[in-house]
Amino acid sequence: MSLPVLDAPPAGTGAGAVPAGPELGTAGGAGRGSWRRPAVGLALAALAWLGLYVGIAPFARWLTQGLLGLDGHGHAGAAVQFFVFETPKVVLLLVGVVYVIGIIRTYFTPERTRAMLAGRRETVGNVLASVLGIVTPFCSCSAVPLFIGFVESGVPLGVTFSFLIAAPMINEVAVVLLFGLVGPAVTALYVGTGLTIAIVSGWVIGRLHLERHVESWVYSVKVGAAAPSVRLTFDDRMRAGAGAVREIVGKVWPYIVAGIAVGAWIHGYVPERALAGILGRGAWWAVPAAVAIGVPMYSNAAGIIPIVQALLGKGAALGSVLAFMMAVTALSFPEMVILRKVLRPPLLAAFVGIVAVGIILVGYLFNALL
Amino acid sequence: MKLEILGSGCKRCQQLAENTKSAVRALGLDAEVVKVEDMASIVGYGIMATPALVVDGQVRLSGRVATPEEIGRILRG
Repeated sequence: MSLPVLDAPPAGTGAGAVPAGPELGTAGGAGRGSWRRPAVGLALAALAWLGLYVGIAPFARWLTQGLLGLDGHGHAGAAVQFFVFETPKVVLLLVGVVYVIGIIRTYFTPERTRAMLAGRRETVGNVLASVLGIVTPFCSCSAVPLFIGFVESGVPLGVTFSFLIAAPMINEVAVVLLFGLVGPAVTALYVGTGLTIAIVSGWVIGRLHLERHVESWVYSVKVGAAAPSVRLTFDDRMRAGAGAVREIVGKVWPYIVAGIAVGAWIHGYVPERALAGILGRGAWWAVPAAVAIGVPMYSNAAGIIPIVQALLGKGAALGSVLAFMMAVTALSFPEMVILRKVLRPPLLAAFVGIVAVGIILVGYLFNALL
Repeated sequence: MKLEILGSGCKRCQQLAENTKSAVRALGLDAEVVKVEDMASIVGYGIMATPALVVDGQVRLSGRVATPEEIGRILRG
């Protein structure tokens, strides 16, 4: 076995390392052999990743208790150990997941999603759009071309909204951080209720027949024929995955580190149950307040989830916390400003209002149940 | 050769424009790089995700920032 394959997966360093050129040239019939080398490289990278991941816990213990001589149960010890354990763990999880999702997303282009949704009946369309919203690459900066592309090709307005609600809310950064820091049960709750909100809100918007509140230029603009999809080799897809890691992890890691630092401080120094009074489930206003605070904190799920995790440990109620996180991810000012280009105020208000009500209901539901 | 970068002026669009320019320089091409920010024209190309790269009127890349190397391969054909 030769070692050079090692440089295949973290291709962030550039395309030069992997001799992809000749394969690209014969793209059409690239054939069988082309997946084998990347597959070996991926397997090795996965092994290395696993080794690092398993090593984090002993490393954190060694660093805190051995090297720094802190007591793992004292204030400082608990805070430091939390920080040196959670930070590499979450960043490593994020790198792995963003890479894999980056590859998966090359199979789900917005054009393909649109083709699957065009002419769909509502209800089925709302469900499908919400699920596709998770896997289709989406950035709020291209919300306008996406909206126009959907509406002009006959995707019903409500179905389009189901997509626009699910896509930012259930994103890989939020899901990974929730999974890594808070646990699988809460992550499943978040994804499940998030999907439900996207489906139901989109359906309600469809029922309200607000098409006349879409800016009229949307219907008059001439949409070009769909761009021909470029044929990708598996090397291209892996490179897209590495690009996603560079772009997403490169952007959010400072927020994660800062968030975990604050979380670690809360973890070590704030007394147990200190927050049960203000953020507990007794306070009826906690859920709407959580939503109101969450909306301006757009796009900072990366920094907020570690703090939220620490608050949960100190007696904050799960429903309020879920509502807060959903408000952070699903409702953001920049996206509203962008969508204002295609939505008249009544429709924009309906969108924001319906989603906010959905989030608040979810918050109350879980505060009452758990 | 005419290269158009489609996008509403966000950071990723600027990155794609920069990468395109360095690809053009690296290949020593005689190409004009233009940024298109008007939404109606962007939609007119049939793309649904920005940023996008249009080469002589044909969409060659959309929805992501490509490296200069990859853009170089696109430009060479």
